[in-house]
Amino acid sequence: MPSFVIAEKCDGCKGGDKTACMYICPNDLMVLDPNAMKAYNQEPDQCWECYSCVKICPSQAIEVRGYSDFVPMGASVVPMMGTEDIMWTCKFRNGVVKRFKFPIRTTPEGEANAYLDLKGKDLNSGLLSTQEADGYVLTTPQELA
Amino acid sequence: MALPNKPVGELKAVRDPEVDKRDVDVLIIGGGMAACGTAFEIKKWASDDTSILLCDKAALERSGAVAQGLSAINTYIGENKVEDYVRMVRNDLMGIVREDLIYDLGRHVDDSVHLFEEWGLPIWKKTDDGKNLDGKKGQKAGTLKGGATPVRTGKWQIMINGESYKRIVAEAGKLALGEDNIIERCFIVEILNDKDDPKRVAGAVGFSLRENKVYIINAKVMMVACGGAVNIYQPRSVGEGKGRAWYPVWNAGSTYTMALRAGAELSMMENRFTPARFKDGYGPVGAWFLLFKAKTVNGLGENYAASDDAKAELEKYAPYGTAAVTPTCLRNHLMMKEYKEGRGPIIMETSKALAALGETMSKKELKHLESEAWEDFLDMSVGQAGLWCATNTEPEKKDSEVMPTEPYLLGSHSGCCGIWCSGPEEDWVPESYKWGYNRMTTVNGLFTAGDGVGCSGHKFSSGSHAEGRIIAKSMLQYLAKEGDKVTGFKETDEELVDLVYKPVRNYLDHCEYSTDETVNPNYCKPAGMAMRLMKMTSEYGAGTGTFYMTSGKSLEVLMDLFEMFREDLEKIAAGDLHELLRAWEIYHRLFTVQAHTRHIQFREETRFPGFYYRGDFMGQNDEEWFCFVNSTYNKETNEWTLKKEPYHKIIAD
Repeated sequence: MPSFVIAEKCDGCKGGDKTACMYICPNDLMVLDPNAMKAYNQEPDQCWECYSCVKICPSQAIEVRGYSDFVPMGASVVPMMGTEDIMWTCKFRNGVVKRFKFPIRTTPEGEANAYLDLKGKDLNSGLLSTQEADGYVLTTPQELA
Repeated sequence: MALPNKPVGELKAVRDPEVDKRDVDVLIIGGGMAACGTAFEIKKWASDDTSILLCDKAALERSGAVAQGLSAINTYIGENKVEDYVRMVRNDLMGIVREDLIYDLGRHVDDSVHLFEEWGLPIWKKTDDGKNLDGKKGQKAGTLKGGATPVRTGKWQIMINGESYKRIVAEAGKLALGEDNIIERCFIVEILNDKDDPKRVAGAVGFSLRENKVYIINAKVMMVACGGAVNIYQPRSVGEGKGRAWYPVWNAGSTYTMALRAGAELSMMENRFTPARFKDGYGPVGAWFLLFKAKTVNGLGENYAASDDAKAELEKYAPYGTAAVTPTCLRNHLMMKEYKEGRGPIIMETSKALAALGETMSKKELKHLESEAWEDFLDMSVGQAGLWCATNTEPEKKDSEVMPTEPYLLGSHSGCCGIWCSGPEEDWVPESYKWGYNRMTTVNGLFTAGDGVGCSGHKFSSGSHAEGRIIAKSMLQYLAKEGDKVTGFKETDEELVDLVYKPVRNYLDHCEYSTDETVNPNYCKPAGMAMRLMKMTSEYGAGTGTFYMTSGKSLEVLMDLFEMFREDLEKIAAGDLHELLRAWEIYHRLFTVQAHTRHIQFREETRFPGFYYRGDFMGQNDEEWFCFVNSTYNKETNEWTLKKEPYHKIIAD
């Protein structure tokens, strides 16, 4: 299911220094046409349909169309990212619609504890920094052959 | 037709790129789970004046195999014994694994899972009366570290709400390492050896995907962790759908090829993974088997895996085949038998499974169950949800087909190919398994983690992260003891720019010769070479087209084709930066899949039936082949060397 950009909705991220979809695509597929100021998927047959571009687009301008070599037409799966949840709208070919909401994280964005002040003591031990801080004792195998 | 010819991409490549030179102590190549583990851990042990640089060919927030998210963490030891984890991995991989590496991983992995939860990853919890709590409700039930009970789908797997799994893990890695020490969209393509000691690394070279710039990096120690290899065999979908690979399509074998070309020994490259997944969409089946207790039947509606025939077949592969949990390759093997004998397709009975669960559930609980089934796809394989919608498949009403995919190479999931690495320097580790620094390859100063470490599968996302953290310490140990020995590489800037930008120069030299820049006898393009590589491997190297069957003669043909392919890659052309990325990925794929098939050629038995078959050596031959196969490549002479390497059993049965 390659991603595609809805021409009317894409504003090229207003010419800012970061085009969101181009910034995020893990496979370097999304690219901005600077003359048209619109983004597009430059290699649809290498799209993993990971939805990274769809989820990050500030204009909701990107959707996904089923792969032409095996997906019947007419369905859509559209996410809406929040800060704590993601909402999915799944439209079937026959008109059935299902909606789901799933949690995505329990802490505010940007506040993952990177343990910036933690310094390890024994570089030559087998313990990781937080294991050492917790007083974890490294085990060795007991049930030897 | 528009003359003059011009490249397709927006970012045109020029003949003479800018050169950006860096000089660092530690270089991290890759940005997935393993590299994020290293990024989180390394500064906690490094002195303040240690310079560290991470290069990711994508953006850390969504790079690697977890970019899309995951619905489960497949390795969490918890209440289990680490020894049992080793036994499980050993049995699944037909006996030949590195038990030191697996044990070491098992005693560290939970610490990473506890960090993920602290950082904000929602982990499901089981209440005392057996209910599942997800999201913030799960968090209120306590943390795993504090002793709360996870929702287990199997002995080792725990359920999560994992859409933002990679974003969360990358956030902590980025904060810990510092944004200034990270270059995104920088594709490292070749590792450089020390000019005075070819068995030592001294740097690496790569290029920017956003501007015409070549990075030339001096480094005293480095890790390479760029995932496994995808699109090395013809996929079942060859049109637009070839992007819908099961493993991430951007994994180009860079880990194995760069290490191999730097002189590192690879191990068990013959091992591959051809997961049985929902057909075409490649959605996960684990939750369906384990959480929803669904069964698969053949085209006649028979539970073929439980038949007497199947039992007799599995007995041929005792003790693995007769173990409580059937190894992944043998489950595929049983499926192959059904296809070959005309009893396909294989159907997952989702409707019966949900109906059975519904018998004991309230309407509300059933609704939640349906939602869990969809989340399994939407968290990690949205395309499968799209396919269900497009085919009007409501799993409670309509069953779905399951099928084994094209082959993938990886060392972190249910496969174990990779680089031969040192185990921990501890008494219980056999001598031939250790040479000083945990997870160092056979090249001094070159480390790896995740998909890179061979003979140690089933680490998955959490284990890859923990392994990245382990080598953060190992690299600093090496830096302290041997960093001074690194004297730099012999290649000049000019030679390196010419190496990296050769495809661009090929393009510019010849693109005006014909009126269509894609058809030109003076060069080849990455798109065509990708198809050529996948066609030859699929036909001769045990691809889907032959039901994963190959033979000595087929492999001989394949090796000849590879050699011409390698020569032709001298003429690969790239007109823009995106095409330059693809050109280098094809180069990396070639060496990786060549290593894979050379190992299959060398190992004259069928160790992993269901993953691949040597028609001329069917069955396992323990007497001759109960050992690892290791290989090296000499890039100066273009010579491969393969050998047997002894296996040592560490953990009792």
